[in-house]
Amino acid sequence: MRIGVTIFPGSNCDRDALYGVERMGAEAVELWHADAELKGVDAVVVPGGFSYGDYLRPGAIARFAKVMGPLEEFANSGGPVLGVCNGFQVLTEAHLLPGALLRNTHMRFVCDRVRVRVEATDTPWTAGCDPGEELTLPVAHNEGNYFADPETLARLEDEERVVLRYLENPNGSANDIAGVCNEGHNVVGVMPHPERVSDPALGSDEGLRILRSVLVGAGV
Amino acid sequence: MPDALKVRVLVRPKAGILDPQGEAVRSALPALGFEGVQTVHVGRLIEMEVESADEVDAMCQRLLSNPTIEEYEWEIVQ
Repeated sequence: MRIGVTIFPGSNCDRDALYGVERMGAEAVELWHADAELKGVDAVVVPGGFSYGDYLRPGAIARFAKVMGPLEEFANSGGPVLGVCNGFQVLTEAHLLPGALLRNTHMRFVCDRVRVRVEATDTPWTAGCDPGEELTLPVAHNEGNYFADPETLARLEDEERVVLRYLENPNGSANDIAGVCNEGHNVVGVMPHPERVSDPALGSDEGLRILRSVLVGAGV
Repeated sequence: MPDALKVRVLVRPKAGILDPQGEAVRSALPALGFEGVQTVHVGRLIEMEVESADEVDAMCQRLLSNPTIEEYEWEIVQ
């Protein structure tokens, strides 16, 4: 299985994402922001970092990068896409996911390990997890406070599209939401970093519970 | 060649959305001795010189603001 990792100027979690992909047994493919195609990958990870310096708003400029055209087509035809942290921000700016990520309520950059609960397991990125499974994942962000209007929040809950929920809310996110999916359940965005805990040498490989799911979820 | 138009765009958080930056500024002012500040909202100023104002709304909706969480207004400045 080949999994692409997009790289924008200012992305800094791409190498961890490529490493995490290799750790879970797939072939990692770099997708440069100016690439006009996705090189035939089976899934895409949009990694964390500070793409375009977070200028204007986090993810606001990355969403117009050349690679996003093919990525949006891929997502709209059901391809598995995982946005991590800045990647989640990019996907909301690109309207591939609902809502927005606001500044953390307490106005501090949070760098911590937090407990989350996996809820929706009918996505390619959580298909290998047990419903209600608890994971401890690192977070590192200034704008991770998930926001959506009341109607959208109600719909996300009713349609069971909350993918990860904080057991200890680190940033003020509405409904303790740490990650959501789109209507097709193929595009997932999460603020915590599964790729940072993909190897026991990093202290934990719990992140592989999420990353390895795509092997199950994509039917490979 | 006509002079470029000077456009000033203001982007502000939508009413009712939590504005942590505004709240941080509001609570910092009394510590500096400034009283009586009831609300503060922090937004963004964008100044442009454009050939035509026809597409400024589209620019605001697609890039300069995030309509999910922000409102914008713009004017031509003399």
